[in-house]
Amino acid sequence: MHSDQQNLNNNSLKFECETGNYHTFCPISCVAWLYQKIEDSFFLVIGTKTCGYFLQNALGVMIFAEPRYAMAELEEADISAHLNDYMELKRLCSIIKKDRNPSVIFWIGTCTTEIIKMDLEGIAPKLEAELGIPIIVARANGLDYAFTQGEDTVLAALAQSFGLKSSNSKQQQQVGQKTSSNLILFGSVPNSVVFELTTELQSFGIEVGGWLPAKRYTEFPTINEKDFVCGVNPYLSRTATTLMRRRKCQLIGAPFPIGPDGTKAWIAKICSVFNKPTIGLDEKEKRVWKNLQNYTQVLKGKSIFFMGDNLLEISLARFLIRCGMIVFEIGIPYMDKRYQGAELAFLEKTCESMGVFLPIIVEKPDNYNQVDRIKDLEPDLVITGMAHANPLEARGINTKWSVEFTFSQIHGFTNAKNILELISKPLLRKNITGKVFV
Amino acid sequence: MKLAYWMYAGPAHIGTLRIASSFRKVHAIMHAPLGDDYYNVMRSMLERKRDFTPVTASVVDRHVLARGSQEKVIQNINRKDKEENPDLVILTPTCTSSILQEDLQNFVNRASQDTKADIILADVNHYRVNELQAADRTLEQVVKFYLDKAEKNKTLFIEKTKNPSVNIIGPCNLTFHGQHDIAELKRLFSDLGITVNVILPEGASVYEIKELPKAWFNIVPYREVGQLTANFLKNSFNMPFIDIPPIGVTETANFIREIEKILTQQGINKNFQEYIDLQTRFISQSAWFSRSIDCQNLLGKTAVVFGDATHSVALTKILSQEMGIKVLVAGTYCKHLEPWFRSQVSEYCDEVLITDDHNLVADMIASLEPSAIFGTQMERHIGKRLNIPCGVISAPVHIQNFPLSYRPFMGYEGTNQIADLIYNSFTLGMEDHLLEIFGGHDTKDIGTLTLSNELEWDENSLIELKRIPGFVRGKIKRNVEKFAKKKNITKITLDIMYACKEEGNA
Repeated sequence: MHSDQQNLNNNSLKFECETGNYHTFCPISCVAWLYQKIEDSFFLVIGTKTCGYFLQNALGVMIFAEPRYAMAELEEADISAHLNDYMELKRLCSIIKKDRNPSVIFWIGTCTTEIIKMDLEGIAPKLEAELGIPIIVARANGLDYAFTQGEDTVLAALAQSFGLKSSNSKQQQQVGQKTSSNLILFGSVPNSVVFELTTELQSFGIEVGGWLPAKRYTEFPTINEKDFVCGVNPYLSRTATTLMRRRKCQLIGAPFPIGPDGTKAWIAKICSVFNKPTIGLDEKEKRVWKNLQNYTQVLKGKSIFFMGDNLLEISLARFLIRCGMIVFEIGIPYMDKRYQGAELAFLEKTCESMGVFLPIIVEKPDNYNQVDRIKDLEPDLVITGMAHANPLEARGINTKWSVEFTFSQIHGFTNAKNILELISKPLLRKNITGKVFV
Repeated sequence: MKLAYWMYAGPAHIGTLRIASSFRKVHAIMHAPLGDDYYNVMRSMLERKRDFTPVTASVVDRHVLARGSQEKVIQNINRKDKEENPDLVILTPTCTSSILQEDLQNFVNRASQDTKADIILADVNHYRVNELQAADRTLEQVVKFYLDKAEKNKTLFIEKTKNPSVNIIGPCNLTFHGQHDIAELKRLFSDLGITVNVILPEGASVYEIKELPKAWFNIVPYREVGQLTANFLKNSFNMPFIDIPPIGVTETANFIREIEKILTQQGINKNFQEYIDLQTRFISQSAWFSRSIDCQNLLGKTAVVFGDATHSVALTKILSQEMGIKVLVAGTYCKHLEPWFRSQVSEYCDEVLITDDHNLVADMIASLEPSAIFGTQMERHIGKRLNIPCGVISAPVHIQNFPLSYRPFMGYEGTNQIADLIYNSFTLGMEDHLLEIFGGHDTKDIGTLTLSNELEWDENSLIELKRIPGFVRGKIKRNVEKFAKKKNITKITLDIMYACKEEGNA
């Protein structure tokens, strides 16, 4: 980590670490978007009423659409080991198999399974063999992770196990067929974003070998040694590590394709690895920026404060600085300086070229202290969770609910507009509400 | 283990937090992992609160798992004591901390040596009680704590107020239409010449607790929260209480007569009969509505009621006693209130259902096909799928059930609100009737009115189905499919439809 810091300039970004007393979603929330992404999956969250209550409320209306997820709600007898975990899970998974017939069942471990040390990884292979259905175990618990990191644990589990058990001969065949330049992208994004980013790379002569995850479990790419992998989301450091260490893949460290600047840098980095020229890429970026002018005019010179809860903060801040905004503070739950290295360097470069000071990056922030700082700094906009949004608005501070960035399409050239729409909405609204307040 | 994706009542700590955040200057510290502070989101979004929710977490992370919380909880309590200067800090265990089995009481004892605030540990077991039971217990616990303290300090007020007065016990944050009910109750008491002594816990300070015994009696408007406290006050201070929810014309009248009785016992002779008459005839439109032509058309229609005990009981009585609607099933998810629930509704409905499994409720509704449902948001969605209208009468609810406008369920204005809700939920009486006479204005397509897609309709049968007026089409479609299934037929033709009709099913 020390050497990583040196990669960035010495009088560079300042990193601080607070108490970790901040509001964020529990990482099991990843089932909300992953069950929709992986169409033939079923997610079983093994936890308590607390987990269920959170999902029920956080997922809102989705709950009523017969979702492909459920709770295995632990009762007192499970906790005190009066019931046999293996038998209980077998009973529930048999019901799921009968009713839904999914291609894969994901077990999401929670704080409770961690504490009572339920051996999910041990039980899964046995049940997998008995039921004839793949079971993937991901420990997406609040003891270790925040919000979007839930996706990271699921994808890391997939990266570790997917395709390993299928017959070796078949895999070797594929190794023989493919050259070592196979490119696999990882990160769950809506299918239209998959399409856009894939075609974008294609136009520069780069074939995407597959996405982790794909639309269906049965369509997941085989991962081979020496394959190139590249992430599209900033919170996938465990997945990246797993792909490198377990699957011997080569990680392309690039800024993330968020905002036209990020998208360009991402494409350029991948092209440079494959030695492909990027003719017309600069022009394309410029065209996108021109189309965003209506928004950037509103945002120029406005200040922003990220309280931090979803790990998208660095990329968003970098894009918004490029839009002409001033960032006071970037709160972030967890900062992997290696995985986000290229993005951090890009942030520095962006600050330099825009002539603005470098923001402070606060890892594991303390919301109480942050509210104090917000009162002092009076930023034009605070990106925050729902727990703080209404109270801040009542104190005359503009807010944008951070979770929307997780659920909106924000990747690639065409979706940059979505981000700016989200950001500028509260600022435009201020013109109205500012007048009405007595 | 239980397979589930939806629950009616939340986990225990939510109940404790609802009580804590309802008081002024009370702070709750949850012993919980990151992400368990979701209550703050709910309070801030659903109730649109302007203040920061006074709930923080003492985060349980990997280190705590390995070494125990050690000084962490104590430091967090001390820190909140200095930052927020609360009167009381409630240390709140969660499902996680109840398995860790740390000695939280010890933390409380040690922390209280250095804090200005009082500190207590919420005495709730995650695996034994739900949100509502926990709220009931926590409220009782706080009340006991401060009455004990007042007794020790000899600052307890036992002398009754000069004029008749009442404590309202139970309304708290995220109570279904709670704010409106409180306003309506205050109005009712002011009409009756009774002073409201303390409302607990909504908006109260813990210092008001020692004044509770000053009141002449207590009321517990919601059956779920406040019973324990009222019982405790009865045993300790001989304070009578009324636990009839004043919802609906009849029950509101009963409620007022109870008050009359209590006042008489305490030496004040009041006759509220004239007040009841006036309110029933002129303020509440509900009694008149029952006699109007509109309500006539509701006679004999069927309904299913499901919700918390308070509202389910109230709606069942209103539908059956006041509007002549046949309640097929009245049910509640408050299993712990089963005896009371049964005793209240059994003469007003065909069947009683006590369950917290929403699948059972859905199956029951699908098989009975009532004309309307009165339930929670879950029943609303069940109704949507089955094309049966639903009025929402109980938590759990969405944000639209925290209306900005005045919508009490209690008292005389409450009866008006409920009459509207009931009337609007049934396919509007006269309109329905006229549509039937004139064949209906046909705008509805044949949608996905069935729950299964196993059956195929051939072209001719589909054309025939289209001819059937929209408002009964769904029902007929389902009936034909049921008929076909019974006969093991997978493709529906005109013949099948007619055969079904002949059997008197469609």
